[in-house]
Amino acid sequence: MQIVEKRGKSVDEAIKLALEELEAEFEDVDIEVLEEPSKGILGMIGKKAALVRVSLREKPDTKVEDILVGILDLTKIDYEIQSVEYGEGVVRVNITGNDMGLLIGRKGETLNSLQFLMGLIINRGRSREERVRVLLDVEDYRAKREESLRNLALKLSEKAKRTHKNVVMRPMSPHERRIVHTALQNDPEIVTFSQGEEPNRKVVISLKR
Amino acid sequence: MKELVELIAKYLVDNPEQVSVNQIEGERSVIIELKVAPDDMGKVIGKQGRIAKSIRALTKAAAAKEGKRVVVEIIK
Repeated sequence: MQIVEKRGKSVDEAIKLALEELEAEFEDVDIEVLEEPSKGILGMIGKKAALVRVSLREKPDTKVEDILVGILDLTKIDYEIQSVEYGEGVVRVNITGNDMGLLIGRKGETLNSLQFLMGLIINRGRSREERVRVLLDVEDYRAKREESLRNLALKLSEKAKRTHKNVVMRPMSPHERRIVHTALQNDPEIVTFSQGEEPNRKVVISLKR
Repeated sequence: MKELVELIAKYLVDNPEQVSVNQIEGERSVIIELKVAPDDMGKVIGKQGRIAKSIRALTKAAAAKEGKRVVVEIIK
């Protein structure tokens, strides 16, 4: 982190000088006022300039890509960063390349591991409010899985309507269950809820009575 | 592979200078020994070993690329 301390006639002036030196914008820095200016007696004796400490915050967004590239390069996997999207408290990275089977792993295990580690690394030393979610996807692997899960949910809701019986889905992660609930929430004939304990919690698709 | 484990470990711990990694190369398998400061053990193991598991999964993928099996051991 880059830090400068500057003096100026006023706090504002000191900050302005510091920003010039850092070549930074006001939004990208943390400011600490170390000494308030004082006019002194009769504007002569004891006159003191303001002293501020301005530290340039590291941009988390650029860090995500750098760290990810550093790690992936060492795996020797053939990959390419296809896109990096920055949202509110979330960074989405889509990866492509020849070794995507390896990168995804069985049931997405490797990709999930990398995503989990990236999250830990990026959020080290950050407070709750500053936390950033890192979401990794491979050639829209997750997006496609979500799509097929939504289709499955719709199909099973039709089955529930046809048979007038509850349909219990296979155990799924909270994220997957949310996708199912969301997919069916606007169906006036259907209610969905979860039952059982993690990691065997299942979504039940049921007819509204 | 050694470098991979080392890099990730250094990102995770509070004392990166105390991370040391040893690689024992076999014909078809590799053993990687990871050593960190005692205070940092939790940082590379995690609750219910979740971090260690993730490091292993990623290292496994890198090893598979070289056609090898890998064991990552965290030693005291």
